[in-house]
Amino acid sequence: MEELLFNKPGKKIILLGNEALVRGALEAGVQFVTTYPGTPASEIGNIFAQIAKRNNIYFEFSTNERVALETAIGASFSGKKCLVAMKNFGLNVCAEPLLPFLYTGSKGPTVIAVGDDPSCWSSAQSEENSRGYAYLAHLPILEPSDPVECKEFTKAAFAISEKFKIPVMIRFTTRVAHQKMPVVLGEIKPGAAGEGNFSRDPQAFVTMPPRVLEMKRELLEKIEKLRVFAEKSSLNKISGLASRQKNKKGIITSGVSHLYVQEALRELGVTLPVLKIGLFYPLAKKKIGNFIKGLKEVLVVEELEPYLEEEITRIAKEANPKLKIHGKDLLPEIGEIRPEQVIFALAKLANKKYSLPKKIEISEAVKRYPDFCPGCYYRLVFQAVKKAAPEDTIFGGDIGCYMIYSLPPYSLSDYLSAMGSSIGIGHGIKKSGKQKLISFIGDSTFFHSGIPALINTVFNKSNPLIIILDNQTTAMTGHQTNPGLGITGMAEQTTPVSLEEIVKACGVKNIKVIDPINLAEMEAAIKEFLEKEEVSVIIARRRCWLLSQRQKK
Amino acid sequence: MPEGDAGCCPSARKNNFQMKMKKEFSEFNIVISGVGGQGLITLLKVLAEAALETGYEVRSSELHGLSQRGGSVEVHLRFGKKIYSPLVKARGADLIISLEAQEALLMAGYAARKTTFLVNNFFQLIPGKPLLNVEAISGILQKISSNVFFVSASEICREKLGNEVVAGIYLLGGAVSRGLLPLGFEAIISSLKKTVAPEYLELNLKAFNLAK
Repeated sequence: MEELLFNKPGKKIILLGNEALVRGALEAGVQFVTTYPGTPASEIGNIFAQIAKRNNIYFEFSTNERVALETAIGASFSGKKCLVAMKNFGLNVCAEPLLPFLYTGSKGPTVIAVGDDPSCWSSAQSEENSRGYAYLAHLPILEPSDPVECKEFTKAAFAISEKFKIPVMIRFTTRVAHQKMPVVLGEIKPGAAGEGNFSRDPQAFVTMPPRVLEMKRELLEKIEKLRVFAEKSSLNKISGLASRQKNKKGIITSGVSHLYVQEALRELGVTLPVLKIGLFYPLAKKKIGNFIKGLKEVLVVEELEPYLEEEITRIAKEANPKLKIHGKDLLPEIGEIRPEQVIFALAKLANKKYSLPKKIEISEAVKRYPDFCPGCYYRLVFQAVKKAAPEDTIFGGDIGCYMIYSLPPYSLSDYLSAMGSSIGIGHGIKKSGKQKLISFIGDSTFFHSGIPALINTVFNKSNPLIIILDNQTTAMTGHQTNPGLGITGMAEQTTPVSLEEIVKACGVKNIKVIDPINLAEMEAAIKEFLEKEEVSVIIARRRCWLLSQRQKK
Repeated sequence: MPEGDAGCCPSARKNNFQMKMKKEFSEFNIVISGVGGQGLITLLKVLAEAALETGYEVRSSELHGLSQRGGSVEVHLRFGKKIYSPLVKARGADLIISLEAQEALLMAGYAARKTTFLVNNFFQLIPGKPLLNVEAISGILQKISSNVFFVSASEICREKLGNEVVAGIYLLGGAVSRGLLPLGFEAIISSLKKTVAPEYLELNLKAFNLAK
């Protein structure tokens, strides 16, 4: 961590992708950082929580990603250089203010760092490919493939944002964020302290019709200017061009896949021209057109949905209609790509012999599911619920450590969707029938997006039992602070937001705060509340066991 | 590590544990498996720094978040003259270190005949599953690889150092001294000094040297 702050240009240190991204932001002179934690992006916020003060940077853990983005938009409007970090699903939470932010553009340069998680290593919900937001929001997207690029691309993203007055997204994946390699440090620009200044400019910041349509035109013009930039940008790199005439075959790739392509070329002992796309949107269509001209076959190596492949198919219609395009015919669309799969695809392209190693089936090999920590009090809540709730009770899951309730041997959850959805979906189920329902939600997740859904249960008269698992931290992502704790991301004292006061203020009449070690009390409350005509809330409050253990040390 | 500890199962003892690394190699591929919380990421860090200091290119891949909480975890480390991918390819591991014995089975896909398995003779129950024994695991692994070694690292560290959390570092010491890992003692000791928190350094150095 200390090393990350060394202002020793030229020094080479091993960095995690996320650490390198932070270093890139420091070298770019970032001033204002917001986040909501989520794997694989969590370390970005964790590091800023530790270093922000020393570096004159404002940092906060926001209530959710939408608020994190909105906060950064306000800072950008006031001229600050901003970074917002989140995991992929966070971008969905942000979607509403994100689109108009592209219309207004950024005043202070703004970079949004978003972590996708192919193979869902640390993600329930979906295997999201956040590149799709490029099309929805006209959002410029850079895709680094390793820690070196995490640092360089972050600096490049700030530079683009500054030049074109547009927010820029860095889209990385788990294998980039949690990849380590030596990175050569550059010069740190100290975040300029002092006041920002919001100068009134309704033309720039108010997205009302009829102005909003003019803004859209301005945005599209910006994107076309940025596309001209993309055509020449070194973010898109070509290698092995000399072999083009001989083979008439080529490879187009991006992100971590590029590393597997390089590995596969070496493994197979072939040289082929490779176009690595670092700037995914706006795409350098001319550069791609020139690359595929004269080729007979091209292989597109990308993870998840074939956005690049589809773009290239469109470009080829004009540039090279006879071009044979490979991609998802040889590589999977589900799950991250593995190095041997790329060797296989490249071997097909280069007419080399290679067969994928046969899977070794060992019936005795059992993958261990994650489990609660030995002293986790969620185990007690589970016990109480199993004892007190009738057999046919429906259980709603949410996002946090208590997702483990959904895994064997517990296998409790009957549904699990997005942050806060345990309550909203639970309300819909209650409105559709007479079954009893208990939904679980953590303290941080409740603050994040449980509150509007709770209000809805009161407003529209349904009666689920909601158990707020208040372990007084955001545990799963690494014990970040949250609004309930009275301490900010910069370790300053603040007013703790009381869960029970919020619940009461939402109009909930049946509410109990119970320490889960009091099993009998918990069981009795569950039984009592399941019979109620109105919504009930139990706040199961005890500090995260793991955190308590660490704090004892 | 004392010779007798090297193979707690008879079949493994037959193997030549004093394998010497080929002097020339273009890349070395390690997969470390275990149960979340066993210190895999620390082990990875120590190896990565040592490889960098030795003058190699190095890349690693690890997993954070929910996947860590007591679940099966694997981390990858590759070093050599030129390294691109952070992931070891199927059948591509030179060395597989498993900090929990049953976890070694999940790594079979990375193993080939040439692969060395260095397995901690330590077992943690998988809820709802019968506990396998060393003989069973060894039997399965030896069908895949010719070099399967079980070492009672956790037990030795607990007995001699009073702390089994350094079992992985003990295994590293064994791997270096037996020539299973092309990195020098000095490089790893220097890396430990750089990566381990001062209050745990002595314990780690002891564990590493104990296995010499």
